Amino acid sequence: MAESLAAHEVPLVGDFSAPAGPDFSDIRVGVVTFPGTLDDRDAARAVRLAGGTVVELWHDDSNLHNVDAVIIPGGFSYGDYLRAGAIAAKAPVMTSVVAAANASGTSGSSPLPVLGICNGFQILTEAHLLPGSMIKNDHRKFICRDQVLRIDNNTTAFTSGYELGQEIVVPLKNQDGQYVCDQRTLDELEAENRVAFRYVGYNPNGSRNDIAGVTNARGNVVGLMPHPEHAVEPGFGPSSSGFGDVSLRGGADGLGVFTSVLSSLVNAR
Amino acid sequence: MARIVVDVMLKPEILDPQGKAIAHELPRIGLNDFAGVRQGKRFELTVEGEVTEAHLAAARKAAEELLSNPVIEDVVNVSVLED
Repeated sequence: MAESLAAHEVPLVGDFSAPAGPDFSDIRVGVVTFPGTLDDRDAARAVRLAGGTVVELWHDDSNLHNVDAVIIPGGFSYGDYLRAGAIAAKAPVMTSVVAAANASGTSGSSPLPVLGICNGFQILTEAHLLPGSMIKNDHRKFICRDQVLRIDNNTTAFTSGYELGQEIVVPLKNQDGQYVCDQRTLDELEAENRVAFRYVGYNPNGSRNDIAGVTNARGNVVGLMPHPEHAVEPGFGPSSSGFGDVSLRGGADGLGVFTSVLSSLVNAR
Repeated sequence: MARIVVDVMLKPEILDPQGKAIAHELPRIGLNDFAGVRQGKRFELTVEGEVTEAHLAAARKAAEELLSNPVIEDVVNVSVLED
């Protein structure tokens, strides 16, 4: 697998050969595309590199095609019209995603794991699958940087492969990234240990309590602003080309998000 | 044709960077009297014929469920637009 190679040995194309370890190839992960979605290809690539099978889902199709998990990728769905994620949250595919994510888990069917990245996180809050909302960055500028995050809950479907307290570096790029919620919700999130990812070293957008990503109470729905899918191949994510906190990284810190969900789905069988 | 106006504002405690940027520009055109600016959104919903109570109720539902996000915004006005 590419991960075992030194950065200078890595080929300029993805290595989709089966990773060592458990076989995830029959795990079907849906990646949703809305008009204006940008990072669907990267999310699909991350799933493939982690060893899973990608199923492309279309915003206008309420059929989830028997997927085992869903990723809502980043971008500017519907041009951020009305509010970021507001229109996408009402799309036919989201009606099915919301129902499957909220499924009771009785009769043997566990609730669908759903990951929202960046605009996908905004869509999940607008769809009421996750609490809070994102508003414009407090400094009023678009920001793009390699960001250090700490895993503050490693029991969710998308963080179980990390150590608790582990620090990872993934790219962050957004304009509406400031996480806000009322005090009661904030207290609840902290008390229930539902902050999955927290900014470390620098709060890039004014988010309350340095929150970068949250989970629902059951841990099957997770959203975060930074982009783990852009840090899945050695040499192409935040890496030795960086400096300070991000120097001498393999650049593949985000891959664990995708291997986590594949592992948890295999283990649940 | 008649219109219903819906006004939505960010909640007072939510930072409004756009309003701040606008406030910053006002002195540049010689206006120094304003201590702050908050930017909101105005929606105009058009109906056939006269506005009925049912139209207004539907507009209020639209305002609460789609036009605003209750986490960060308040619906501050739903009313008939007098021509």
